[in-house]
Amino acid sequence: MTAQPDATGHFGPYGGRFVPEVLMAPIEELEQAYLEARDDPAFQAELAQLLAAFAGRPTPLYYARRLSEALGGARIWLKREDLLHTGAHKINNALGQALVARRMGKRRIIAETGAGQHGVATATVCALLGFECVVYMGEEDMRRQRLNVFRMRLLGAKVTGVSSGSRTLKDAISEAMRDWVANVGDTYYLLGSALGAHPYPMMVRDFQKIIGEEARRQILQAEGRLPDTVFACVGGGSNAIGIFHAFLPDDGVALVGIEAGGSGEELGLHAARFRGGSPGVLQGAYSYLLQDGDGQVSLTHSISAGLDYAMIGPEHALLHDRRRAEYVAASDSEALEAACKLSRVEGIIPALESAHALAEAFRRAPQAVGKIFLVNLSGRGDKDIDIYRENLKELDQA
Amino acid sequence: MASDAGACEVPTRIGKLFDNLARGGGKALIAYLTAGDPSLDATPALVEALVRGGADLIELGVPFSDPVADGPVIQRAGERALRAGATLAGVLEAARRIRDRSEVPLLLFTYLNPVIRYGLERLARDAADAGIDGCLLTDASVEEAHDYVAAMHGAGLDTVFLAAPTSTPRRLELVARYSTGFVYLVSRTGVTGERDSISASVAPLVQAMRRFTKLPLAVGFGVSKPEHVAELGRQVEGVVVGSAIVRLIERYGGDPSLAAHLQDFARQLKAGFESPAAKGKA
Repeated sequence: MTAQPDATGHFGPYGGRFVPEVLMAPIEELEQAYLEARDDPAFQAELAQLLAAFAGRPTPLYYARRLSEALGGARIWLKREDLLHTGAHKINNALGQALVARRMGKRRIIAETGAGQHGVATATVCALLGFECVVYMGEEDMRRQRLNVFRMRLLGAKVTGVSSGSRTLKDAISEAMRDWVANVGDTYYLLGSALGAHPYPMMVRDFQKIIGEEARRQILQAEGRLPDTVFACVGGGSNAIGIFHAFLPDDGVALVGIEAGGSGEELGLHAARFRGGSPGVLQGAYSYLLQDGDGQVSLTHSISAGLDYAMIGPEHALLHDRRRAEYVAASDSEALEAACKLSRVEGIIPALESAHALAEAFRRAPQAVGKIFLVNLSGRGDKDIDIYRENLKELDQA
Repeated sequence: MASDAGACEVPTRIGKLFDNLARGGGKALIAYLTAGDPSLDATPALVEALVRGGADLIELGVPFSDPVADGPVIQRAGERALRAGATLAGVLEAARRIRDRSEVPLLLFTYLNPVIRYGLERLARDAADAGIDGCLLTDASVEEAHDYVAAMHGAGLDTVFLAAPTSTPRRLELVARYSTGFVYLVSRTGVTGERDSISASVAPLVQAMRRFTKLPLAVGFGVSKPEHVAELGRQVEGVVVGSAIVRLIERYGGDPSLAAHLQDFARQLKAGFESPAAKGKA
């Protein structure tokens, strides 16, 4: 596979740069600043130091022995991004982009958030580096993720509720873009997933690919060979591209992305873009999109706010079309069931997003005797305790 | 590239409008409304009211679910229009009804996704057939616009692009190359919406843009008062008013007086071009 994206930010036909003209020059400036930072050893050294000392990298690769034995098939390894500071992989990208923002001389950082993990990561790095921070969050997501709203405020960020549209991640991104359009001079938009206009999908992937680079080294050391299958949940797709990327040249390694199957097959009840989506343009990029026959973006549903988005990142669209990765969906109830299983058998409460990846790995494990599975445990479940309580009432009343 | 500025052999109604105005020293009042708000049935009569009041060119907004370039007023109009069932096909049908009774130039104003979904070639053909004169897509950057521009020019439609205060000379040159009809200058960095004063960044942008094109220039975003029209009329060939019109539609909705309010507001705006301030030296 040739280097992706190309010089104009395209992953095959996908990606690109579709934003109002006001943002075009600032985005070109961002691309230039990022490319310079990427090639600057001093920038990379500072990022590596913060990732190690502040965020907690490298994260362990953990062999889930009791789980593997219980399922009676594949040997299941978990990449423990849930152990990172702030509780998810999002901090990798937030640290990297905040250092880019500082190089660019910005003083204010804005971000969108769905589940709140990216918002918390952004609020954290803004506190660390002394930026003013505003996080846009859909009101529906604020309700679902109250704890994270408070965490962001505790970290000194302003959380601005978004009441338009579906009041979820998509609407938060639109509002963040409007803020950016109005404040391009002093403001940096710290996008949290491998989405949006070029260079974001490339830059976010570059800051997340450390997940797969570490995991590949760790599994070779532990097992003496590469995994047979790598699993990751896919909302916008940053944790998935982060763990997939190092394995792209390894033809023998199957890559499986798990989208939110939600509560049903019908449009509006899920966020599975490869099940009923078609290519379109949303918020800066061309990729698979859940939309109606008139090109209006569909509402989506998932129990997991972090996967509840109508578009998938453009690099995943290309991996899908080239059949380098396979994309499937796990439903709300399958994710819940997987989360319960991991909690009880391994003593790890996963984020609901990551539970989607676990669900697919668990489904395949019994038939995969002798195989090695690698699952990206992208986040921990603390933020989801309210949702677990709502959905597992029998435990609350026991 | 398939088509350069000026490649439209036959001028559209937009080109003719600016030619006629230039000969008489007049300026164009460009009125935006979101088609389908409050309903597609109502849209032709609202357009006619604006034209009676003095609007020279109408931007027909096609609602999109995720309008990142729009402020709250036009966002709400889009939500109302979508709830009332507006689609791109429906807007074209409304355009046809306007065209049956009026020669006012019509510019479709929307986002890329509904257009991609409809089909570029199909839209170009159907829009031309419905009497549309041109198209502006707020999120179609010139870098990504090749196929769109080729399709529109192929059907004899103008493609209007935005230039912004942030645009670099290189970008202004690209905007000039892809635009036909006129170039739409964004008055300030920000989304659509009314403002008390028009940003001082307009004058440098006007000067910079003129270095790259002989096309007429129009300024929009934040223009809401006759005084703004007066101020801008000294500098450019057209002035776009959007949110202030849409706000009237929001306020009066289905009220029978709505058309009269729009006509009166357009008349006041148009009078801005004739005010002493507009006649003063720039």
